[in-house]
Amino acid sequence: MSIITVDQATLQVGGRTVLDDVSFKIEAGEFIGVLGPNGAGKTTLMRAILGLLSPERGSLKVFGRTPERGNPEIGYLPQVRTVLPDLRVRGRDFIASSLFGERWGLPLQSQLDGDAIEATLEAIGARDLAARPLSEMSGGERQRLLLAQALIGDPKLLLLDEPLISLDARHQEVAIDVVRTVCRERKITVLFSAHELNQLLGTLDRVLYLGNRQAVLGTVDEVVNTPVLSRLYGTEIQVFRAGGHIFVMSRGRDMERVDHVHDHDHGHGHNHDHGHHHH
Amino acid sequence: MIMVMATTTIMGTIITDMFAYEFMTNAFAASGIAALVSGIVGYFLVMRGQTFAGHALSHIGFAGATGAGLIGLAPLWGLLVFTLAAGIAMGALGERISNRDVAIGVILALALGFGLLFLHYYTSFATQATALLFGNVLAVDHSMIVTLAVLGVITLAALAAIMRPLIFATLQPELAEAKGVPMRFVSTAFLAIVALAVSQCAQIVGVLLVFTLMVGPPAAAQRLTTGLWSGLVASAALALAEAWLGLTIAFYTDWPVSFSIAALSALIYFASLMTSTQMGPAQATPAP
Repeated sequence: MSIITVDQATLQVGGRTVLDDVSFKIEAGEFIGVLGPNGAGKTTLMRAILGLLSPERGSLKVFGRTPERGNPEIGYLPQVRTVLPDLRVRGRDFIASSLFGERWGLPLQSQLDGDAIEATLEAIGARDLAARPLSEMSGGERQRLLLAQALIGDPKLLLLDEPLISLDARHQEVAIDVVRTVCRERKITVLFSAHELNQLLGTLDRVLYLGNRQAVLGTVDEVVNTPVLSRLYGTEIQVFRAGGHIFVMSRGRDMERVDHVHDHDHGHGHNHDHGHHHH
Repeated sequence: MIMVMATTTIMGTIITDMFAYEFMTNAFAASGIAALVSGIVGYFLVMRGQTFAGHALSHIGFAGATGAGLIGLAPLWGLLVFTLAAGIAMGALGERISNRDVAIGVILALALGFGLLFLHYYTSFATQATALLFGNVLAVDHSMIVTLAVLGVITLAALAAIMRPLIFATLQPELAEAKGVPMRFVSTAFLAIVALAVSQCAQIVGVLLVFTLMVGPPAAAQRLTTGLWSGLVASAALALAEAWLGLTIAFYTDWPVSFSIAALSALIYFASLMTSTQMGPAQATPAP
């Protein structure tokens, strides 16, 4: 069964057409890498899948239905993460707040909820974060906590919007590895948006490449090649392969980030600059 | 042992002395109710980073209170109506206004100006103004205690009803929206609850000093503990302790009650900053 069916859908945000007449189908259990330049519609597509945005034209079905806000079968890690700078709430309480957080009344946690939180923290190696206040966590630690949170409640579909941002190279690999392991085990369909293709190469089943208001879904070979990417970027793109890596270049400039890929030098803790992806 | 007994005896005398006066018993009851409500509601106000909005609500309430006096109503009702209306308006206008310091600041100043205008036409100018601005808990009567108790129950019941989505919407707005939390409704309802709490708090410490019970104790509580429930309990307990201790100090020193409470609130807040610094410096947190 197709988990997500997009049929000739047009998505608009504030009157601007982000995706125009796109069609694709995502099957159960697939790990989809969602790629494309900033502003290509990665977040918009996820918001549509969550039911926060309806297509202007065409249709978008999730689990065979028109998506509705608050579907517990979808786990979501949003990209814009507002963390109040002085939030001295501990990790456990932070993620517990999302568990049935849409219900009214007092935020009482059942034993079962507590166990689910515990198990997910364990599975993702984030137990050490449970007792620490959010204001004292690094960006990477917060990200791990949010990843754990997205997995609580046994979702069937996981939407991860740029989960690698603000993680150092080692934690990026750990994060990808955790998502792959947990999702294979639980047969969760994953949409994983990222800036870099190479890190996901060994993990993803297919690539959904967005750009120029279009979307192309296929295997890496089908999508990441000169004609398709030239069309999506709207400019001459060259794709090189070397040593198991893929380099996407435009007039000599990297379109994908290629440095730090498979970088086993664990000393890197600085923030990665994605500036050259702005168009 | 003898020391302890002596201390107990002294404490006993102090308490008997104070409660020999009905105005003190009334003041303890009224400030107890207002402090509990302020500590609990204030905890969420601090967590949401909306303390300035809370401050503005109290100033708008001042205009309401003096306006009510002008037309012959009890100040509390004017305070209540104005803060409630302003709270709901702020919530309805959304993040655009409720988190904008400049807009809030302008409205706050305008409200104080109107308060002054109403006072200008109000005969018992000076006493009323001081009582409204800085509180007059020693003048609380029995019917006020009943009113505060009823308002307190309503405030806390409303807060309990929206507490779960409120916490979710505060901590993780993007996710809460995706999960179907009615964000606008929750934030509007919360500001209405804050308005109710401000009205009660202002009866004790006055509109200018609502921060002493609504911001000081919760901010200190968040320094002392990182748990949600423990923080909430600590915040309420600190507010209660500050209010009652402030009353006791005022009784024996003849200082104004609101000053004693304000001093305690500041003292405890800064002391809490010390304790959390001692536990180790916070790690550098790069912006996500």
